[in-house]
Amino acid sequence: MAAAVFLVVVVVGIVSAVVAMSHRSPVVNVLSLVVTLFCVAASYALLGAEFLAAAQILIYAGAILVLFLFVVMLLNAPEEQRPKEPRPFQRAVGLLLALLAGVGGVAVLIGIEVVAPAARVSGDARAIGRLLVGPYIFAFEFISVVLLAALVGALVLVKRKH
Amino acid sequence: MTVTPMHFVIFAAVLFAIGAAGVLLRRSGISILLGIELMLNAANLALVAFGRMHGTLDAQVFVFFVMAVAAAEVAVGLALLVAIFRKLHSIDVDRLNVLRW
Repeated sequence: MAAAVFLVVVVVGIVSAVVAMSHRSPVVNVLSLVVTLFCVAASYALLGAEFLAAAQILIYAGAILVLFLFVVMLLNAPEEQRPKEPRPFQRAVGLLLALLAGVGGVAVLIGIEVVAPAARVSGDARAIGRLLVGPYIFAFEFISVVLLAALVGALVLVKRKH
Repeated sequence: MTVTPMHFVIFAAVLFAIGAAGVLLRRSGISILLGIELMLNAANLALVAFGRMHGTLDAQVFVFFVMAVAAAEVAVGLALLVAIFRKLHSIDVDRLNVLRW
């Protein structure tokens, strides 16, 4: 059962991620990324992180991508032009780097010893909340300063100068 | 087939590669930001999978913080895009070459 759900999540997630990165219309990009982020949320749920699955849908699909959609509509961005033809040396260098990264990645993945999964720990809101106001209280308070700084920064950046 | 956390790590690696390719190949600023979001999500998924391997909850707390920082990053990034669009009437990153020369 879990295997079937996992396969569906992986296939849908990868296909929608490819569409999100390759389609030329910005609206299709954003809406397709919403599907990918739902698949990531489903993966969190499969891994036993229920709180993160809910937070992922609320924060990413509910807030961040709506912001993206707003900006796409606001800017009325035209569809992207086709990229320029790469120069031959760019092709060669790119191919070499991709090969290196691929071989390195495969080597690392083969080398990793898969230990038996540890006992399932429940990632519900109560357990996460205890950690947040316990050992991570300083980071938790500091993140509000970061969010405030981002809020003020965004307002300053888009303010029209008179 | 039993699903182990390692499968989720490989899924995260594929998502990260797709996002990185998007950032490197696209020329519209919005698509580049979307690619960054995808890479952040892949990193989060890998963190949760590794946390599951070790049976601790700390990774999930880190992912929670990464989500908050990602929200801040998107707000500032989109504000930058709007400011750029007002100046250049385009979000094509190839045209952002004022500081290059």
